[in-house]
Amino acid sequence: MSAGDYAAVMQQRAAIMQGASGIDYAQYTTGALAFDYERLFTDTGHDVASAARVQRRTGVGETPLVELHNITALARTVASPGRGARILLKDEAANPSGSFKDRRASLSVHEARRQGYTGVVAATSGNYGAAVASQAARAGLRCIVVQEAFDSAGIAQPEIAEKTRACEACGAEVIRLSVGPELFYVALRVLRDTGYFNASLYSPYAILGIETLGFELAGQVRQLAGRFPDVVIATHAGGGNVTGTARGLAQAGATDTVMVAASVDLAGLHMASDHDFNRKSFTTGHTGFSMPFSTWPDRADVPRNAARALRYMERFVTVTQGEVFYATQLLAELEGMERGPAGNTSLAAAFAMAQELDEDRIIVVQETEYTGAGKHPLAQLNLARRMGVEVRRGDPRDNRPGERIVIPEHPAQLAVRDVELDHVRRSYLRNALASLPQGATLGEVDLDYLAAETRTSRTYVEESIDELRGTTG
Amino acid sequence: MAERIAPGTLVEIQHCVLQPEERAPQVPGDTRQVPLEMRVKGTLLAPAAPGDEAGVLTPAGRRLRGTLTAVNPAYTHGFGEPLPELSAIGGEVRAMLRERGLIK
Repeated sequence: MSAGDYAAVMQQRAAIMQGASGIDYAQYTTGALAFDYERLFTDTGHDVASAARVQRRTGVGETPLVELHNITALARTVASPGRGARILLKDEAANPSGSFKDRRASLSVHEARRQGYTGVVAATSGNYGAAVASQAARAGLRCIVVQEAFDSAGIAQPEIAEKTRACEACGAEVIRLSVGPELFYVALRVLRDTGYFNASLYSPYAILGIETLGFELAGQVRQLAGRFPDVVIATHAGGGNVTGTARGLAQAGATDTVMVAASVDLAGLHMASDHDFNRKSFTTGHTGFSMPFSTWPDRADVPRNAARALRYMERFVTVTQGEVFYATQLLAELEGMERGPAGNTSLAAAFAMAQELDEDRIIVVQETEYTGAGKHPLAQLNLARRMGVEVRRGDPRDNRPGERIVIPEHPAQLAVRDVELDHVRRSYLRNALASLPQGATLGEVDLDYLAAETRTSRTYVEESIDELRGTTG
Repeated sequence: MAERIAPGTLVEIQHCVLQPEERAPQVPGDTRQVPLEMRVKGTLLAPAAPGDEAGVLTPAGRRLRGTLTAVNPAYTHGFGEPLPELSAIGGEVRAMLRERGLIK
């Protein structure tokens, strides 16, 4: 690669992305902002049943649903009498590369091969890279994964170092980058140079692949308990997990199930900061992704993001870093399941939220991920100390991302903090107005679209927009 | 003089993708002070010593060039030392369940 052409490559981004996606996104435009979201899915030719068939051919999905009896019992010891819902866990670590991301990768790689691409590219530092590498290996396709992997001192984030190893183990080329949003530029260059398929996390294929997760878990809970779950919690970053799971639940008929998004609170840390990079202790499932992607999904590596979490989440909560490490320890020591941080973010939230519900209610943590070298709390906390972050037991409310990780002293201290959805919706609408092309006006189709995007009504959208325009002049 | 490495050896090369002044406009101040660097592994195409400009064949079959920085690079990520802040938790919560007769 040669330096110096950042702007030139970014100007070609639309053409590169179109060539690498197999989808002409422009055809879905229906208004100044609106596009036909559902047709983006139906035009893939896939539905939840065909996605499941593709996944079964590569050993993806049909993961166990595990009831966490001891963790439920512990939650009941600190809950009010009669409270403490049953906590269940969808053990997605049982997928071939160890996370639910195999579901997301399976349809993308299947489509890449069907459409005649010889290789796939994924721009990701997380489990998705290993999932794409794993699926590509089975499909006989070449694979290149582009990661943000190390800071300017050359210190690798250990969880990402583990993903490097996992991708390389499946035969992928791994491009490791220092910190910065120009990862997207490098990925575009690779797509342009290779002509490979862009296995984006945000394509309709990736989201359809997750629908099977929601669909499966609804059926498993009904088989176990005779009814659908009351609450499903998904760890929320880019929005795909919430979107796909909720769509799958709806297709299974679980329309009364409350969909909750949970993220690790990393407020105050900048996602593109070289200094902050190794002080996060979490590489995904945190507010550094979930806030910007909830308030504007179309900041992804595709023109129209198929992951649109604000359409589906009924509640959005955060937990602290220390609470997730505590939940990780509970799962290992009380249930004998050593699992990684992604699902345990939702588990920390489930432990607190179960106490809001009666004992006969059911709350499902919809994923786990494998753990091990680099991903384990010991690796993360030892790095945190090395980077000058204080690690101690105490009240999790004293947790300060980047400065202090406070691991609870007692299970009663675990709590969720609600993100005000009204605030998120208004931020979304503010971003929508800012992205309105010069001179364009919002038509009927746009107002209906914005109501669907924010899970509200035309009236809400119109009143909010009037207020926003009033305050911004 | 550093020993030249035989072709076919697994190595890592490093390459500066963007100099600080070439970085994207939205990059925050601290990141803007440093270049965007890339590292990639592959098998060495021709004899080269660490620090030399070298070409590699990547697992995806691409030929890339950069500065040879590591030979047969190790995976060094691990777990680190046990932490009492974590290891005490199991005993604490088991005691709570035991007190109530919920576990043995």
